[in-house]
Amino acid sequence: MTARSSSLYAARVPIFPRRVSGFYRRLKWQIMAVTLGIYYLTPWLRWDRGPELPDQAVLVDLAHRRFYFFMIEIWSHEFYFVAGLLVMAGIGLFLFTAALGRVWCGYACPQTVWTDLFILVERWIDGDRNARLRLHAAPWSVRKWRLRLTKWTAWALIGLMTGGAWVFYFTDAPTLARDLANFSAPPVAYATILVLTATTFVFGGFMREQVCIYMCPWPRIQGAMMDEDTLTVAYRDWRGEPRGKHRKAVAAEGLGDCIDCSACVNVCPMGIDIRDGQQMACITCALCIDACDEVMARTGRDRGLIDYLALSDAPREAAGAAPRPARQHVFRPRNILYAALWAGIGVALVAMLFMRADVELTVAPERNPRFVTLSDGSIRNAYDLRLRNKTGTPRDFALSLGGGTGLALSVEGAARPVVTVPADTQALARIYVTAPPASAQAGQHRSTLRIWAEAAGDGARASVDTTFNGQDKP
Amino acid sequence: MSGGERDEITGTETTGHEWDGIRELNNPLPRWWLWTFYATVVWGIGYTIAFPAWPLVSGATAGVLGWSTRAAVAEEIRAVETAQTGQWAALLDADLAALREDDPDLHRFAVQAGAALFRTNCSQCHGAGAAGAVGYPNLLDDDWLWGGEIEEIAHTIRHGIRNEEDPETRFSQMPGFGDFLGRDEIRSLVAHVRALPEGADPEAGPAGALFADNCASCHGADARGDRSIGAPDLTDAIWLYGDAPETLTRVIAEGPYGVMPGWGGRLDEAELRALASYVHQLGGGEAEERRIGAAPGSAAEPG
Repeated sequence: MTARSSSLYAARVPIFPRRVSGFYRRLKWQIMAVTLGIYYLTPWLRWDRGPELPDQAVLVDLAHRRFYFFMIEIWSHEFYFVAGLLVMAGIGLFLFTAALGRVWCGYACPQTVWTDLFILVERWIDGDRNARLRLHAAPWSVRKWRLRLTKWTAWALIGLMTGGAWVFYFTDAPTLARDLANFSAPPVAYATILVLTATTFVFGGFMREQVCIYMCPWPRIQGAMMDEDTLTVAYRDWRGEPRGKHRKAVAAEGLGDCIDCSACVNVCPMGIDIRDGQQMACITCALCIDACDEVMARTGRDRGLIDYLALSDAPREAAGAAPRPARQHVFRPRNILYAALWAGIGVALVAMLFMRADVELTVAPERNPRFVTLSDGSIRNAYDLRLRNKTGTPRDFALSLGGGTGLALSVEGAARPVVTVPADTQALARIYVTAPPASAQAGQHRSTLRIWAEAAGDGARASVDTTFNGQDKP
Repeated sequence: MSGGERDEITGTETTGHEWDGIRELNNPLPRWWLWTFYATVVWGIGYTIAFPAWPLVSGATAGVLGWSTRAAVAEEIRAVETAQTGQWAALLDADLAALREDDPDLHRFAVQAGAALFRTNCSQCHGAGAAGAVGYPNLLDDDWLWGGEIEEIAHTIRHGIRNEEDPETRFSQMPGFGDFLGRDEIRSLVAHVRALPEGADPEAGPAGALFADNCASCHGADARGDRSIGAPDLTDAIWLYGDAPETLTRVIAEGPYGVMPGWGGRLDEAELRALASYVHQLGGGEAEERRIGAAPGSAAEPG
């Protein structure tokens, strides 16, 4: 730790990560291309669901309380699917963190991916680390203004595309794109784009590592998720120390492999020194591994002075033994339990998804009054019946009662007990069930009743059990 | 804070704060965090100036933007009312009896609007569920005193029953027979009437003769009632005041006089039509074809 001011607050120290190449950098470019590609392109995928339904493959239709994901359609009352997915996402994070440390932070977190993209743009415009350092220190000249304005414009455009892509998930993308272009889209669309453009611009351009260190709760949670068997980015200090410049071959005597070139520090987007050991600010982006491997190759040493390793192997390696294989670290009871939980919930969700019916029936007995006496002395109960037709075509449902009750069923305002439900909607109908005078049900306080709905044509059926209230005469 | 002092183990500067020998390390917050905090304070103060906030003796500051929840609600209600003007106008011209087939959306609108009007204006007597009470007819059943077609229901709502302020009101009056009949005669009539729903012959026996002389002129020789004068059907299972002998004794002796106000002056015509649509679809509404042959109810003197 170098000298600090005695203030309780510290100004941000700007970080100028140097360009690096290597295995992990390539992997991160690929992951960036895939994740950004998914994010920007998904709303434009089409999926034919018939004329009555939207043809956007992934759509969160808040206005109609529907969520579409390719062949899956989720109604608002089926939100437990989304809850299940969130639970899976949580356990998945536990699993990956326990096995591989902060891989989410280092490779897939939007903050990391967009910051990476922003730094790439910065490098194209301003040059690499040294040029950026010089430019940062330089007084405000025409050239500096030109470069800064170019960079900020490029960032703002990326931010605009990011915010712009977000809103396409919530309504038909081509329609909204046209409306946005001729300024007839709803104000909430513009407001959302504006806010997300601003946050992308500020978080990716200026906040960067501050978001991870001071705003995100996940680094604090990591500590409980990781243990000494977790594979994480670490410095082999037993191999590297004592560090020092290898000026002449003789001077290298007694020094470790680390030549103190600061390559690992210079490429770090978080501005830390991995040689200080495990620290909260490390997002395990692994760029220091690439940087150090490059240096080790040049100095003729083995790669992996900085590498993915489990801290439990440190004493073993320091003593000269080989580390245990990675699979022994990954396949340990804790991770197997996480994986089993994750897979169990996943299997249950998929099973529920394929078992759910495309017709659903609920019934609410009218309780005010419980029954009505008709002029011929028969007893009539009313029910609010809700029928959900989850298919893309309108269907007629014939209603009937479970066998042999002697009760009669009718639908308010309809000659026959048939309810027509338009495509992909819920219909509400009041139905009447009438017990003849002096029948058992008419005189009984409560009796059970089963109501069936059967779709004309495909024969899909659903039933619901409810109660018939009688007169309760002795 | 003192500054300068350093913790030996971590090398981190301390704040100079010490409790029981434990010293606080100084891990400084980022400066932007402090500025964000100040910004939220400024925003908070600005917010209380812009919006209603500070409590005063009899109210609160109104806020320079003049926003209020009441005004926002009033605005929303106005917007809904504006949006509904077309439907109310269409309801005025609609053929109520055929509305469900002609325009299901407008029918749904009329029923929903009628339900709201019912809860406000009608539920005090007829009950929130429209099941009525003793002396106040149940609107869910299939028994109607003055007619169950939608236009007849609308007429009843519009002009009321025995409503002395409206010449078009439904009117009839059952005399109190306590002055004409002896106690034993009334007792035998009560027993006779109570047996009618079980299928007893209205003309049978001495009580049948009493019935024919005193009751049949309004309730009909077959005791099936007469809707044109609001005379109830005595052969059905429904009793407006109850079927206990003492209740029927009092009804015959005193003559009931149920009153319903006319709503023509309080609700506009479109609202009346919405109410009629609602009541008609409660489960007892009768179809239009019944009208042929039977004259709609109008004022008639009791026989």
